[in-house]
Amino acid sequence: MRPNRGYGRWTPFWFLAPAVFTLLAIGIYPTLFALVTSFRRYNIARPREGFPFIGFENYVNVLNDQTFWNTLSLTGRFYLTAVPIQIALGLLIALMLHRPGWSMLRAVARVSLVVPLATTYAVVGLIGRLVFNRDFGVANQFISWFGFPGFDWLGSTSGAFAAIVVMDVWQWTPFCALIFLAGLSMVPVDIEEAAQLETRSKWALLRYVQLPYLLPGLTAVLILRSADVLKLFDMVFVMTRGGPGAATDLVSVYIQRVGFRVFDMGTASAQAILLLILTIILSRLYIRLLYREVE
Amino acid sequence: MSTPLARVLHALGLTLVIAFTLFPFYWMVTSSLKEQTDLLASPPVWLFTPTLSHYADVFADDRVLGAVGNSLIIAIATTIFAVALGAPAAYALARFEFRGKNDLWFWFISNRMISPIVLALPIYLLAIQLRLLDTHLVLILIYLTFNLPIVVWICTDQFRSIPKELEQAARLEGASQFVIFRKIYVPLGLPGIAVSAIFSFIFSWNELLYALVLTRRDVQTAPVIATSYMSGYELPWGKIMATGTVIVLPVTIFALLVSRHMVRGLTMGATK
Repeated sequence: MRPNRGYGRWTPFWFLAPAVFTLLAIGIYPTLFALVTSFRRYNIARPREGFPFIGFENYVNVLNDQTFWNTLSLTGRFYLTAVPIQIALGLLIALMLHRPGWSMLRAVARVSLVVPLATTYAVVGLIGRLVFNRDFGVANQFISWFGFPGFDWLGSTSGAFAAIVVMDVWQWTPFCALIFLAGLSMVPVDIEEAAQLETRSKWALLRYVQLPYLLPGLTAVLILRSADVLKLFDMVFVMTRGGPGAATDLVSVYIQRVGFRVFDMGTASAQAILLLILTIILSRLYIRLLYREVE
Repeated sequence: MSTPLARVLHALGLTLVIAFTLFPFYWMVTSSLKEQTDLLASPPVWLFTPTLSHYADVFADDRVLGAVGNSLIIAIATTIFAVALGAPAAYALARFEFRGKNDLWFWFISNRMISPIVLALPIYLLAIQLRLLDTHLVLILIYLTFNLPIVVWICTDQFRSIPKELEQAARLEGASQFVIFRKIYVPLGLPGIAVSAIFSFIFSWNELLYALVLTRRDVQTAPVIATSYMSGYELPWGKIMATGTVIVLPVTIFALLVSRHMVRGLTMGATK
């Protein structure tokens, strides 16, 4: 005799089944389909060749493809450039928002942080194209105020990379700021006040009192941003299409091109599966580190 | 407590934050109001005589209106499905005990991590075979992959906060589990359901990659149209920025409505 929980054995199933089966059908089935495709020669631009099974050939090709590794390393470089800036600026903004005084101004700043987060990523790319235009972009006007000559941002390797970093920093710094602000407001008020009586050093306060409350947020930022950067497509695609050359060819932009410009679905599927494996490792890490208390 | 200098610096810093976060938005809106000659002025002009001609252009363009309509249909439909499927699942995760519950919950969450490009390829091939390419349905379904997790997460959290005593009282009255869900959890959990619906709408509205790949002419969405002018020699910047404004404005308003939940929505509660 089972303990009486007040509901039938199958009740949870009926509540869960629709969501689980839907997600399985639209998530797992296509993933299996991609897995099968990744073992085939599958170029839909050349249907006469058929779609024969070729074992691990696609994977061997992808792993020997210098461009694939370059796009992955560029994605890594993008992460290592943009995320530290976002963390530093985000922390600075959070500290300013946490500090007492100017409550009206703080309220406006806090609300305005939401705007970049909601802006359609594709439109962020469009704004970036306008702002960083060589001839009439406002970015060149800004740097001219500091005595720098105009610069062809989107036409040069380092300029285009810098431009997509700037747009990403604009869009995601508020995210870091809001997470850190939430962390700062977790510090018990009496502890913070006691510490302020002990020391006048803002640094000591941050290091010894506030930092422990900021660390969970920092972990979240590091992991969530890494998943986002692996996914990053819309803004870069609209702004640079991965160019000039391979200057902004992030991994998602590259796979999209192989799949939908070259139509080499076999190779693109193998790349996508490798990306999926990377994502699964990341999300395991993410769950292990972030949802510790639940497990 | 703090020196006047520190106070001035604080105000200055806050003003800079506001300027930094709002500038691209401001620049988009003002650019949409400039004549083409002002748009192409070098260096850019900050003061100009505004014109609404680009908006007249946008609203006279059937393709743009159609795309906004498509985006609305797709975002609303996928949100309804996500809530209808996700809320009951969230209830089960919040209130029932069963084997593998935690694993199931993590599986829902981890679906949000998957890169769209991973699913875009096979979905494209499947859509061709099933003749679903360039239909609303294929986008509505595929958008569930990121909307269902968000609804499940936010609603699970919300349902857990509802006192269990209400449920026990209703059960003593002989109410079935489905009645309890419908009469107690849905009404009391409405704030969470609404927040998750708004997020689901925002994410669907903003999506580009799937929309780009899975649509041709008939069901192009608003972000696809906005990026479609980006070819040719002299770009119609005024119209591009006007379209951008039309797309961004409604979701910004929605986002301001849920601004207190923004971090929760974007991190799925990874930070408390």
